[in-house]
Amino acid sequence: MSFQITLTLNGTAREIALDDTRVTLLDLLRERLEMPGTKKGCDRGQCGACTVLVDGRRINSCLTLAATLDGAEVTTIEGLARGDALHPVQQAFIDNDGLQCGYCTPGQIMSAVGLIAEGTAGDDPERIREGMSGNICRCAAYHGITLAVRQAARQMDNDPKGDAA
Amino acid sequence: MPDTLTRFGSNSGQPTTRRDGIAKVTGQATFAADNHPEGMLHAVYVPAGIARGRVAHLEVEAARAHPGVTHVITPGNRPDLPGDPDAKPTRFSFRIEVLQDDTVRYAGQPIALVLAETLEAATEGARLLAPRYEAEPPRTGLDDNAPFAVEEPGFGAPGDTVHGDPEAGHAAAATSIDATYDTPPQYHNAMESHAVVAQWDGDRLTLDTPSQALAMSCAAYAHLFGIEAADITLRSPYLGGGFGSKAIPNGPMVLAILAAREAGRPVKLSLTRRQMFGPVGHRGATRQRLRLGCDADGRLTVIDHETLAATSTFETFLESASNASQGLYASSAIRSAHQGVRLDVGTPGPMRAPGEASGSAALECAMDELAQAAGIDPLEFRLRNYAETEPGTGKPYSSKALRECYARGAEAFGWADRPARPGTMRSTDGKLVGWGMGTAFFPSPMFAAEARATLRADGSATLETGGADMGQGAWTALAQIAADGIGLPLDRVELRSGLSTLPDGGVAGGSGHTATAGGALHSAGGDVVRQLSELASGQPDSPLFGAGNATFEARGGRLQIAGDDGRGDAFADILARAGLSELTGSGSASRPDADSRDYAMNSHGAVFAEVAVDPDLGQIRVRRLVGAFAAGRIVNPRLAESQLMGGMIWGLSFALHEAAVHDPRSGRILNADLAEYRVPVNADVQGLEVITVEEDDPHVNALGIKGVGEIGITGTVGAIANAVWHATGTRVRRFPIGLADLLAAE
Ligand code: FES
Ligand code: FES
Repeated sequence: MSFQITLTLNGTAREIALDDTRVTLLDLLRERLEMPGTKKGCDRGQCGACTVLVDGRRINSCLTLAATLDGAEVTTIEGLARGDALHPVQQAFIDNDGLQCGYCTPGQIMSAVGLIAEGTAGDDPERIREGMSGNICRCAAYHGITLAVRQAARQMDNDPKGDAA
Repeated sequence: MPDTLTRFGSNSGQPTTRRDGIAKVTGQATFAADNHPEGMLHAVYVPAGIARGRVAHLEVEAARAHPGVTHVITPGNRPDLPGDPDAKPTRFSFRIEVLQDDTVRYAGQPIALVLAETLEAATEGARLLAPRYEAEPPRTGLDDNAPFAVEEPGFGAPGDTVHGDPEAGHAAAATSIDATYDTPPQYHNAMESHAVVAQWDGDRLTLDTPSQALAMSCAAYAHLFGIEAADITLRSPYLGGGFGSKAIPNGPMVLAILAAREAGRPVKLSLTRRQMFGPVGHRGATRQRLRLGCDADGRLTVIDHETLAATSTFETFLESASNASQGLYASSAIRSAHQGVRLDVGTPGPMRAPGEASGSAALECAMDELAQAAGIDPLEFRLRNYAETEPGTGKPYSSKALRECYARGAEAFGWADRPARPGTMRSTDGKLVGWGMGTAFFPSPMFAAEARATLRADGSATLETGGADMGQGAWTALAQIAADGIGLPLDRVELRSGLSTLPDGGVAGGSGHTATAGGALHSAGGDVVRQLSELASGQPDSPLFGAGNATFEARGGRLQIAGDDGRGDAFADILARAGLSELTGSGSASRPDADSRDYAMNSHGAVFAEVAVDPDLGQIRVRRLVGAFAAGRIVNPRLAESQLMGGMIWGLSFALHEAAVHDPRSGRILNADLAEYRVPVNADVQGLEVITVEEDDPHVNALGIKGVGEIGITGTVGAIANAVWHATGTRVRRFPIGLADLLAAE
């Protein structure tokens, strides 16, 4: 069975032909669109490595069938920086050493972008820790991750349009 | 300080941010499974659903008939593997399971492999194989089989060691404890699962696969596939975590490479999370009995540490936990002994602080119990038993700033205010609060590595070694050392690493990679500097002409006479005069035997923990964790802090979170996923503080580096367990400590 979906992927409209209804958004990105920046850590919604934004909300792309996303707007780690200018969250992860091996990092960063947009955590470390707890980091870079999200939240609060990026 | 500067240059010691940071925050860093060569097939294997017995039937035809499936490989049709999978081609090797026959030796063992055009088709094909088994009763608990004597727990660790007279030590004790601690099976669970993309071109093999030991892995693959190691290109620029599990080739990787050869097309295999619980190593379970005694002054008369540890039915590697009692505390007698038990589980392997983590957990709890029994503060008790030389051997320590770690950690934590009696501290929200501490201790081994340095006419350089960055920061720290070795600023140095065709970077393990690969890079740079000195002192136009006997120093792209800032020459000018477009040097590093004979070399530290326990629910939270560590020269304080914190959180995980649980009937692991195999999440971590205590170690290696990758776990487990006791008065001797243990004790 073949069918077609339309996605806005990192700002670009894409027509995507699919021959298999079993394809998840994660595997679509990684195995079919050559966008492996989004990572697979568990493939069952338990680790957050595959976090992307769909219509501005953070979701686990491993739990989302690509076929259900017709018309959706998807943002991945590849779509965050503007040219060479990093997104404030990306820069904050580097500044605060919020990564070690870097494998969970794309998911952490997308989750942080989503969390900051949700506006529920502000720069309160306790709430940031809670709000980031869907993203496992086995290297346990949590201290740096919390500092990074706080730095970015503060910066983006001062500069809501993200012009600092 | 001047000495230190001469030895290390100015790039080391800086808190440089990660050089691979931009690649990693933009999603551009390429991990193994991110590769997708033209014409690639996907491999998915079937993990055994029983732990012991044989595979009686597979629905091969059903799998083959599934659209997209190209190959179904079972023991019946497995292509020939030239090398013996039971042989040990390298120093660190394990027997591996590659569909030799239909025997099942543990749950999760690969029993068939499917190749297909898409991941979805391969996954479905594997499911359709629907295995039927003839099962035998599995043995998965430490009491399920008879113990056997262990001569060597694995990779050269000693089995039994006795110093002094333990029986006399027991007899002389005024106060004694006899306590038994249980530690569970733990699984590495790097976030990046084991993966390989294999491509054959005739007898040449290209592998994208995460590796903590590139050259050693190539040697193993060469043996297995009957080819030359030089015909293998292994690319491992980034590992998504390793923790010891990615150093030694395992069965699934070998099967995927074999399948690629059979199919004549590239093949990708990436383990599912569930498959990470079985064929790729784990920390085996232990039961440790500690009998400790001290005299009336609180001085240890004996440390008697016996470990019963699990291994598989077909290979011997077990947690050499008792060895943690050698080398740390002064005691008239120390005995460490091991027994093994063969279980129907995958072969255990080295997992972050193998042996030391489990052993330290038990030892530090036992020390706390004895201190309490003797009525001495736990920190004071450890100070009374401070070893000035290595216990048993009397060797001097190459350096040991442990006393300062105790002092600085205790000061930062506020240990002096700790009430001796348990159960006396409450938080404002009514929680029981407890404080505990433990000593951190980890050896500082070195492996062997080689490196190459190339200085170019424009004054920039490339330094090369096949090292491994698994998150510890090798891309950054090794570049800092390399820049110092060749006397250039960091931004003039390109580091090439993570590729098997480069000089052998050794093993990224044992916390020894920075010292070893860094040592080789530093010496390669030094070789270039030596050649520059020779050239310059023979160039009449050089300010250094005729200075051949002087001691040279290279810094900032200039060669100078040591101690004479005025007299120097630029690298670029020396090369230009010599008419050279580049200059190449080589270097190597390993530890001379005499050094290990003459000195005991270890990192040390002290960890202090505060926990809060809900008096009604038994829920435990770590509220503060302060670690002070002395680990020789710290190359990059920012990254070292991250490593030490990561290790401490692994300690927290050991103490309170992680354990694999076997179903006693099937032998399968019940919680083989990241929801139920609990590892700490962000909300579990607060109040972390790391202090590094400076050490200038002239003996451990040329760079004075001891390593920080593993020590953070040790000490932390005991500190947290001891804090739980101090909060509640309940001594739990089984890890991980959970609320059920506390409620059961009421
Ligand atoms: S890969 Fe999607 S949550 Fe783990
Ligand atoms: S940085 Fe390695 S898993 Fe998070």
